[in-house]
Amino acid sequence: GPGGGAPLENANPLIYRRSGERPVTAREEDDELPDSIDDREIFDRGGPGRGRRAGRGRAVQLRSAFLNAANLIRSINDPEHPLTLEELNVVEQVRVKVNDAESTVAVEFTPTIPHCSMATLIGLSIKVKLIRSLPERFKLDVHITPGTHASEHAVNKQLADKERVAAALENSHLLEVVNQCLSARS
Amino acid sequence: MDGEKDPRNLLVAFQIVRDLIAKNYALGPFVEELFEVTSCYFPIDFTPPPNDPHGIQREDLILSLRAVLASTTQFAEFLLPLLIEKLDSDLQSAKLDSLQTLTACCAIYGQKELQEFLPSLWSSLRREVFQTASEKVEAECLAALHALSACLSRSVLSSDTEDLLDSFLSNILQDCRHHLCEPDMKLVWPSAKLLQAAAGASLRAYHCVTHNVLPLLLEQYTKHPQSSQRRTILEMLLGFLELQQKWGHVEEDESALLSLQGPVCSVVFSALTDPSVQLQLVGIRALTVLGSLQGFLSPSDLELVVDHLIRLALCEEDSQSSEAAMEAAGSLAPIYPKVFSGRMVPRLEEELQSEWEEESSGEPHSPRQRCLQALAAVSTHPSIVRETVPVLLQHLRKVQKESKARSRQDMVSVCQSLHRVALQCQQDEESCWYFHQTVVPCLLAMAVQAAMQESTHLLLGKALLEEEVLAAMVPVISAATTHLSPELAAQSVSHVVPLFLDGEVSFLPQNSFPCSFQPFEDGECLEAQRRLVALLMAFVCSLPRNVAIPQQERLLRELLALSCSCNCPFTATTAAKCFAGLVNKHPAGQQLDEILQLAVNRMEPGLAQGPCRTQALTLLLWVTKALVLRYHPLSSRLTDKLLGLLGDAELGAATADGFFLLMAESPDVLHKGCHADVRIMFRQRFFTDNVPKLVQGFHGAGPDVKANYLKALSHVLNHLPKPVLVTELPTLLPLLLEALSCSDRVVQLSTLSCLQPLLLEAPQIMSLHVNTLVTKFLSLTSSPTMAVRIAALRCAHALTSLPTTVLLPYKARVIRALAKPLDDKKRLVRKEAVAARGEWFLLGSPGR
Repeated sequence: GPGGGAPLENANPLIYRRSGERPVTAREEDDELPDSIDDREIFDRGGPGRGRRAGRGRAVQLRSAFLNAANLIRSINDPEHPLTLEELNVVEQVRVKVNDAESTVAVEFTPTIPHCSMATLIGLSIKVKLIRSLPERFKLDVHITPGTHASEHAVNKQLADKERVAAALENSHLLEVVNQCLSARS
Repeated sequence: MDGEKDPRNLLVAFQIVRDLIAKNYALGPFVEELFEVTSCYFPIDFTPPPNDPHGIQREDLILSLRAVLASTTQFAEFLLPLLIEKLDSDLQSAKLDSLQTLTACCAIYGQKELQEFLPSLWSSLRREVFQTASEKVEAECLAALHALSACLSRSVLSSDTEDLLDSFLSNILQDCRHHLCEPDMKLVWPSAKLLQAAAGASLRAYHCVTHNVLPLLLEQYTKHPQSSQRRTILEMLLGFLELQQKWGHVEEDESALLSLQGPVCSVVFSALTDPSVQLQLVGIRALTVLGSLQGFLSPSDLELVVDHLIRLALCEEDSQSSEAAMEAAGSLAPIYPKVFSGRMVPRLEEELQSEWEEESSGEPHSPRQRCLQALAAVSTHPSIVRETVPVLLQHLRKVQKESKARSRQDMVSVCQSLHRVALQCQQDEESCWYFHQTVVPCLLAMAVQAAMQESTHLLLGKALLEEEVLAAMVPVISAATTHLSPELAAQSVSHVVPLFLDGEVSFLPQNSFPCSFQPFEDGECLEAQRRLVALLMAFVCSLPRNVAIPQQERLLRELLALSCSCNCPFTATTAAKCFAGLVNKHPAGQQLDEILQLAVNRMEPGLAQGPCRTQALTLLLWVTKALVLRYHPLSSRLTDKLLGLLGDAELGAATADGFFLLMAESPDVLHKGCHADVRIMFRQRFFTDNVPKLVQGFHGAGPDVKANYLKALSHVLNHLPKPVLVTELPTLLPLLLEALSCSDRVVQLSTLSCLQPLLLEAPQIMSLHVNTLVTKFLSLTSSPTMAVRIAALRCAHALTSLPTTVLLPYKARVIRALAKPLDDKKRLVRKEAVAARGEWFLLGSPGR
């Protein structure tokens, strides 16, 4: 991470508040009633969030609270910064679509700048996180929010290609970076 | 010395150098050399070898070296450049050590030593706080800046030197000020924290910084209309206000704050009316701080403050804001008792009555509930208590008369408020007595009245006698009694005990009753009266130990008889608890032995056979607890009796549950707060004395009662301090593993919650059983009980703290097995499964 290393591109970027823990409802504590998998849960599926908040790149209005729609992916770490994807506004709950009945999950992510070189890596991290955290029945679709990245099409194609994703995870350097993104930071 | 490698010798060498300096040896030309031979070890880089026999830790060497380096100002010119160099390095431990050493040096340094290095120290500190991802580094940087500012504030100046504090602070202001104007950007908080650290060091520094910053923040608040931005600005302002509290009352001409009284108040008031709850909450905190600054708020501002608090407490939809407003009222009321009792209490009383007319629900956040909570919260001053308590009691009487479906919940709410007031009165002797004298007779009178109406078959006021309501009165009476002085308690006990034993009602506020009160007499129609033993228990078991209880022997006999014979479980249990509470405090000696013998004589036949076995068991459990707590010799005999009952087909399961009662803190009797005789190590002692017997009993028991022993054992283990558990683990582990296969849900849960911390704290021992643990945990993840599935998944997660090499052979199997709970029907289970499976994926993988 930063600290003693190379200077950051933007040392004083825009910050976003994290959405906070999902409150537990009485229904969720009832042993009998089933809870379906919803958008918010996908957004929430992840390790614990971090204390510091910050961000970079485009200015987006601060959302006071995300609606009941995505936690699986919100606390994935950015590959470059000591920040989560939520803090950078790369993932938002409104861009997560889940259909539990049809077993599909679609996630759109927004790279912070149109030429972000980390876009593939971020997409790969989201995809791996979902593979590890969701029942096998789900069909996963991870892609870039339309119109937000220069090589949107190429990145989407790579992410959709099962063989390429599997091959990427055979590469121990790549796997290391992905795992770092998925680790709970202390 | 600079070639030494043995940590033992280094500790001695550092000590010698420290002594040389402390004893003022003239170092003369050798200062630099002495510095060189010691500072070459800085920063300490040492990891004790495994199985180190000397027990010297890295921290010992760090502290010892720091004591040398920070012991003299003579080292300053060499040390400060070294600290700056290490602070600029990439190594976090070096940064931390340098910062802590710098802070230590500031205790003895002065302006002279620091002068030359201030600019580079500041730029390094600023860079770290602006860039670091580590909260530890940030905290140490702020501490060092605080120390520097304090050191400069303290320095004695000669007439011709410049005051470095001013120039140092103006550097900080120059670098941080503009970031305060960008409440959306990352550097806003680091800048505010730096300024606050510097300002908090001295009154002089505080004035210098706030003269500059407060007007700026007020201006920024007006410039930024968004709630989220305003919240950040107000939070910063609040930080500076809290610093002002540290200096107490300040002279008018110096304080930047006093000159800004008007604008500060209007900013805070505007936050209180903002729709954003987050901004409201910061506003309420700021209000509390402003109120605590003597003379800051004008009388008209104060009235406005109280009005805002009433509005937020009663009308604000969000319960967080409402609660925060009540707390704020509670902390400001003792400072301005007249304003609160004159303005807030009447408003609350009015609301309580007006709202009463309409038919609204008894939800926890209904206006009536809010009023009751607010009345309790604001009762933090003796004069206010005298106004709120009558209002609460009046309301209780009203609810009782109305007798509606929601009466029970309403009465419980009033009792909860009374309880809170009682707790707030405890420290003030006069209020405590006032509360006791006013509330206890009133509750007793209402209950006695209701019980008599019950016996004459009238339905009015019945709700008051329901278990839930009586149980809510118990903490009120108890809290009103525990802090009484012995004289006043004696006065009260001389009324209450005769009430129950002889029906002596003359001290009750309303004392004409249709029939006599005789709760210990036989007779079916007295059932309702007997329930009031709960109130007797609340009072008599809360008395200080040195208060004599009149007719104690007679009272004990009556309680004993009631506990063994009464068919109502509530009454029998309460009588048993009351008996146990008294026995626990009874002075040792012949009288106690006799009453205990009497109890044993009643319990033994009761336990052996007949219709009252359950009551006898309840009594045995409570008496055993009372004696175990005080290490009474009879306790082991009674405990053995309980151990024997674990094998009983009828009572075994209830006895096993009873071990929870023996080990857990009981909320109403037999705890330290009500002056019970509780030895601190009683759980350990119980463990040592009885666990071998439990284990033995388990091995000898028949298959249908084996689970009882496991359940009793898990209750004992669950209440044992974890360090004790870890040392006892090796002998018990086989049994715990067996308990995992037990089909009883309670046993599974408590065993899992025992094992989870052990996995984290004793991974070496647990590693030996990894195969069993993996198998059992995975199989429990498909338990029909959600709580067991969650606990099993947490254990599966905790397994990842065992050594990776031990776990790798199981990785594929665990990951496969954990795929199933990912699709659990319950979200809370899925959440644990995701966390556990994610951790298992990372095992042995690069980048973990």
